Amino acid sequence: MSDAIVTEGISKKYGNITALDGVTLSVPSGMLFGLIGPDGAGKTTLYKILSTLLLPDNGAATINGMDIRRDYRKIRASIGYMPERFSLYPDLTVSENLKFFASLYGVGIRDNFDLIAPVFSQLAKFPDRRAGALSGGMKQKLALSCALIHRPKVLLLDEPTTGVDAVSRNEFWAMLSTLREKGITILVSTSYMDEAQRCERIAMIDRGRILEVNTPGRLAAGLGRNFYNASAREMYPLLQALRTFPEVKNCYTFGATLHVVTADGFDAASTVRRLETMGLTDVKIYPATGTVEDLFIKLAENG
Amino acid sequence: MDENAVISVKDLTKRFGSFTAVDRISFEVRQGEIFGFLGANGAGKTTAIRMLCGLSRPTSGSGQVAGYDITSQPEEIKRRIGYMSQKFSLYEDLTVTENLTLFATIYGMDRKLTGPRIGEVSATLGMDGMMNTLARDIPVGWKQKLAFAATTIHRPEIVFLDEPTGGVDPLTRRKFWEIIYRASSEGMTVFVTTHYLDEAEYCNRISIMVDGHIEALDSPARLKKRYGAQTIDEVFRIVAKDARRGD
Repeated sequence: MSDAIVTEGISKKYGNITALDGVTLSVPSGMLFGLIGPDGAGKTTLYKILSTLLLPDNGAATINGMDIRRDYRKIRASIGYMPERFSLYPDLTVSENLKFFASLYGVGIRDNFDLIAPVFSQLAKFPDRRAGALSGGMKQKLALSCALIHRPKVLLLDEPTTGVDAVSRNEFWAMLSTLREKGITILVSTSYMDEAQRCERIAMIDRGRILEVNTPGRLAAGLGRNFYNASAREMYPLLQALRTFPEVKNCYTFGATLHVVTADGFDAASTVRRLETMGLTDVKIYPATGTVEDLFIKLAENG
Repeated sequence: MDENAVISVKDLTKRFGSFTAVDRISFEVRQGEIFGFLGANGAGKTTAIRMLCGLSRPTSGSGQVAGYDITSQPEEIKRRIGYMSQKFSLYEDLTVTENLTLFATIYGMDRKLTGPRIGEVSATLGMDGMMNTLARDIPVGWKQKLAFAATTIHRPEIVFLDEPTGGVDPLTRRKFWEIIYRASSEGMTVFVTTHYLDEAEYCNRISIMVDGHIEALDSPARLKKRYGAQTIDEVFRIVAKDARRGD
């Protein structure tokens, strides 16, 4: 399998702030690839460089063999880019936006309609609504339709589901799977770790550097086994109490329970007793499995 | 009405022309409670919050917030609440202290109390080293914290947070929720919307809005039991999957 996206030592500074610091990354052709990292890690800068909107200070990158400096026109015609912020024309209607993007790329809406049909079908109900009057999930579906109208080979999605509800997010990811089956390479960033879990491979990025690249399963497996769930009737006091214990390396909220990262010598039963003598009630501690979200927290805490 | 209720609404409705954005919702929120106000995009959450904050007049129905009537006393309400919207941002060209002072003034705080209060907030949130930094230069991970500080500088009885963690990374989201926990443990009532359903688990009670109605309202544990679900994420998918409104 060849690589659709290749970067080699990409660096970018804004004044004295280093946004990217030697990013080397390969995204195999046809893969659904996740880019995960804390706010300010450099994800958006990387997207801007790959979409040829920004030049790196150093390093090289290619999209399907085309160089971001030399072949930027060809690259623009063969990628679809959905920026983090809604960037369609709010004063144009749904169908005007779509026509506008089609004409920019020199294609007709009918030419590639099969590709956008599953996304666009829900928007087809209100072709004359102004894009600015759409909310969350619908804006994002229109933006994806516009990014796909010229049948790109590579799709660059920068946090496409921010502010989108759980049901719509699920639909959006089902569409990404369909696009992937059609051979489109997708690089997607997200702050939802359940979405990261759905990628074939993930690159973890922090402070402008790629920390790890692997499948979600292997990344999570690398966390080791010192993970516990903890719960009590009094969750916030439980969190504060656990943090004072020396054999607790880290403790944070994790849905209905807390996740406790422990050092050797941690004993669940005696910890429960100790917490109960502190006045906590209904205390439960039992083994947990680390996830990509736990890995994210670990990397971000150490950063 | 529960005597500890700080928010109490009955049949609250908002129509825009022929479109009913919020359709006869009724509920109460107790003092010190963390109340999660969930719903699909377009369900009517933001419209409902704007009515509770005195920013929009209900078409029909009634409500009290912090002891005042939402239709006839919106200005009284505005003084007693904090509201952080999805798009909340600070003035980039002002320092952190200047931003907080500005918000204190807007909320009509006594000038003599402003200085000590800013000192207190800065100590609680661990921002001491940052007070003279321009807002544009503070690290991204701090912006939410600072926005919360500005929203609560006047010690409101209730704080409304409309998607405060949208697009925020997992670690920063957790740090923000610890601030919410602390505020609640000090007696502040927190009314919060989110699309991160793990966060819904941290609420005392949650409601799920679908197409302008409240379809479910209870503690996370009871909702999971009722719908036979392991997580609130599952509950949400069950309750919201038939939403017709799209957006």
